[in-house]
Amino acid sequence: MRLGSLIRVLLVALLLAAAATAVAIFIPWLPDQASTEGGRIDFVFWFVTAICIGIFSVVASLSVYSLIKFRAKPDDDSDGPPIHGHTGIEITWTVIPLALVLSMIIVSSVALARNDRDPAGSMRVEILGQQFAWVVAYPPEGAREDMDGFVCFTRGSGQVDERCKSSPNLMLPLDRPARLHLTAREVIHSFFVPEFRQKQDAVPGLKTEITVTPTKLGNFPFVCTELCGLGHALMRTRAIVLPESEFESWRTRR
Amino acid sequence: MSWRRYLLGPGWVRAAWMTALFFGIGFGIVVGIRALAGWDPVIFWEPIIVVGALTAAPIGFLAGLGAFDYWLAWAFGQPTKPEDHSRHGARRWTDYFRINTDHKVIGIQYVTTTIIFFLAGGMLAMLVRAELAQPEADYVDPQTYNELFSVHASLMIFLFVIPAFAGLANYVLPLMIGAPDMAFPRLNALSYWLLPIAGIMMLTSFFFPGFGAGWTNYAPLSVEQPFGNVFFSMGVQWAGASSIMTALNFLVTIITMRAPGMTFWRMPLLVWANFTTSLLVVIATPFIAGSQFLVMFDKVMHTNFFNIAEGGYPLGYQHIFWFYSHPAVYIMILPGFGIASEVISTMSRKPIFGYRLMALSLVAILILGFSVWAHHMFVSGMAPWLRIPMMITTLLIAVPTGIKVFSWLATTWEGRINFSTPMLWALGFVSQFVIGGLSGIYLGAVPIDIAVSDTYFIVAHIHYVLLGGSLFLIFAGIYYWFPKMTGRMYNERLGKLHFWLTFIAFNATFFPMHIIGVQGMPRRVYTYDPQFGNWNMVISISSFVLGTSFLIFVYNMIVSWIRGERAPANPWRGMTLEWHVSSPPPLFNFDEIPQVVGNPYEYGVPGARHAVFNGDREAAREEVRA
Repeated sequence: MRLGSLIRVLLVALLLAAAATAVAIFIPWLPDQASTEGGRIDFVFWFVTAICIGIFSVVASLSVYSLIKFRAKPDDDSDGPPIHGHTGIEITWTVIPLALVLSMIIVSSVALARNDRDPAGSMRVEILGQQFAWVVAYPPEGAREDMDGFVCFTRGSGQVDERCKSSPNLMLPLDRPARLHLTAREVIHSFFVPEFRQKQDAVPGLKTEITVTPTKLGNFPFVCTELCGLGHALMRTRAIVLPESEFESWRTRR
Repeated sequence: MSWRRYLLGPGWVRAAWMTALFFGIGFGIVVGIRALAGWDPVIFWEPIIVVGALTAAPIGFLAGLGAFDYWLAWAFGQPTKPEDHSRHGARRWTDYFRINTDHKVIGIQYVTTTIIFFLAGGMLAMLVRAELAQPEADYVDPQTYNELFSVHASLMIFLFVIPAFAGLANYVLPLMIGAPDMAFPRLNALSYWLLPIAGIMMLTSFFFPGFGAGWTNYAPLSVEQPFGNVFFSMGVQWAGASSIMTALNFLVTIITMRAPGMTFWRMPLLVWANFTTSLLVVIATPFIAGSQFLVMFDKVMHTNFFNIAEGGYPLGYQHIFWFYSHPAVYIMILPGFGIASEVISTMSRKPIFGYRLMALSLVAILILGFSVWAHHMFVSGMAPWLRIPMMITTLLIAVPTGIKVFSWLATTWEGRINFSTPMLWALGFVSQFVIGGLSGIYLGAVPIDIAVSDTYFIVAHIHYVLLGGSLFLIFAGIYYWFPKMTGRMYNERLGKLHFWLTFIAFNATFFPMHIIGVQGMPRRVYTYDPQFGNWNMVISISSFVLGTSFLIFVYNMIVSWIRGERAPANPWRGMTLEWHVSSPPPLFNFDEIPQVVGNPYEYGVPGARHAVFNGDREAAREEVRA
């Protein structure tokens, strides 16, 4: 590739990178961020986005340039130069993507490991998915789990143990990590609050866990994202984040 | 024709009465067992439909049509009839409607059948989009809605993308390696005729409600569905059997039937692509058969594979299912990579850049493809540590895939690019596949996947890789080989119009899905939060334009096939072997077996030849010696 064409390709690449960056910034992609875990996920999101803009502008500029520049004239029956390959270039475009991929693996693994932790002092919340509603239950401190690992739910039943405070909405105190213990009654459901970014399937017969540390007061959608039958689309409720004191008074209210 | 031959000879009349007869046999087996066991009621329609209608009747249909005649005669020790090739090749249009052992006829049967199921699946998608145009529930009830998107996906995957690639390869692969036909022509005919059976089963599931658990058919929801779910479970068995037979056929054909001189490293990349795809198919497809049998056994025979109360394990279903269904996405794209390589090299008038690395990256994708299945299960509740190795293998696949994309672009560099319709589709594929690949990187990174899993982001991603990827390449292949298959040229202006309309409407339909997905709209819902209403209206309107664009294709194909301009043997000045024979090729492809003397993409190399024929055999010997 001669210097002149290299500069032209670079210009096109910069132009396209600017356009892609504009798409990334000016379209409101992510919903509000309302949890510590969501912050880490968003960091990975923007890290990957930056790399993807780079890859996209390289690929797109090369194709745009090549398609405009090397278009055959209508009566041109000749062949192109017989270039069969170039070991150096081939190694380059194996090694650079490999390095980029490794960086994304590392960043993702770190974020995942942090998000997966159950921080000391976390509040235990048990959530049961059933057709077609969520049951959120708050066990008393220090209560013993049954064989399935739940205090408030018994396998296969929609009943909530009377020691537990229960609610159709997910109520959480601000800034206190909550460890959600999920299960389901008949089919698989999936816990998702877009503002928290966290998602976890609730599987019958299993206990799955996920941590959420709310960082914003508010009232957010809490939806089922795993097809669970006829009422799947309607299995929507709210996640409500309250100040610690208000949460405690709600929790102790009978 | 005597009445005896009319009733007893292979064909549609015998197929009709044998279908009924075999249904009766299935009915008899079920009723007999129930009567002997003293179960009540004796006539119980659910097992009767499974055994009689979904298992026995299709066998009767195939036997009636004549798919087993030769093998049965041999098995019963009847004197073998000398093969007179009367069931080989098409002389009349009716020859396309019977058991035919000519790979060229079978290829056309495959492609036209799959296009019909594509249009049917597309109609279902239009109904889905009509329902989703506005946030409220408008036209269909929830069960129907769930069936619409389930059958849409099943038809597109099992009756369109996979078999359409198999059909195109069926036509061109034996030609490309210089073979007179596939290795097992009768098996080839049988594997085609399993397809309409599978497709009709999936479509009739609308009359027996129950296939509404998505094409993934996750247990225990699928077990809990009404009875009609078995139509999917059995439909997949027939489509899967077809797929496995074809793959075996390709493998044996490629290994044993290459023309002299056609070493593995002289094979066109389409042949390499189908070689790797076929390995994926024969290893992976039995797993989806297994997963659907388990669901059906739970449903019909009350086994407890996924019954929690009896110790069943729902995640087991997902592991088995995705152990097929992730390799399946490579089954749905690798053959297309082959088509892209053929079209881009020929239309750029340049050798494919890095031929060996292109072939090796196919092999790398094949191997890595088996170690990534659980990336569909990052939020499923499986062992959390398993997410890390699955993320590593998933993101590593980006490397060989990236190599392919860069090599296609390098192939166009300094070429003499001819923007004919097949080239537009191939380049359109590269651009859309880059977007689909990049959204795939987001999904491979576990933390982002946790946020966007099961949202419209996934819907956007799969349509960029399967519609912008696979479908674009199927069109590239159909336009590229249309002159070879029919002996006529398609209308270039209509072809380009089709491309641009599809390309623009496709992006207008699916790009916004990324946005509403990241914002949190779940997939597989018939009603949704009004905040997503505007984008959904845009998507629905664009999708109707997208649907309309395919009518141009259908019109172009039909009219051009009937009265298009006669095609020359080699309209694209290609070098691979299929362009060395007339359009359409003679009955047994080559009047003489070609001698392969060089690589398939030597554009621009003075005096280079891929193969020589008898006329210049002496010269060939000289070249081989040199």
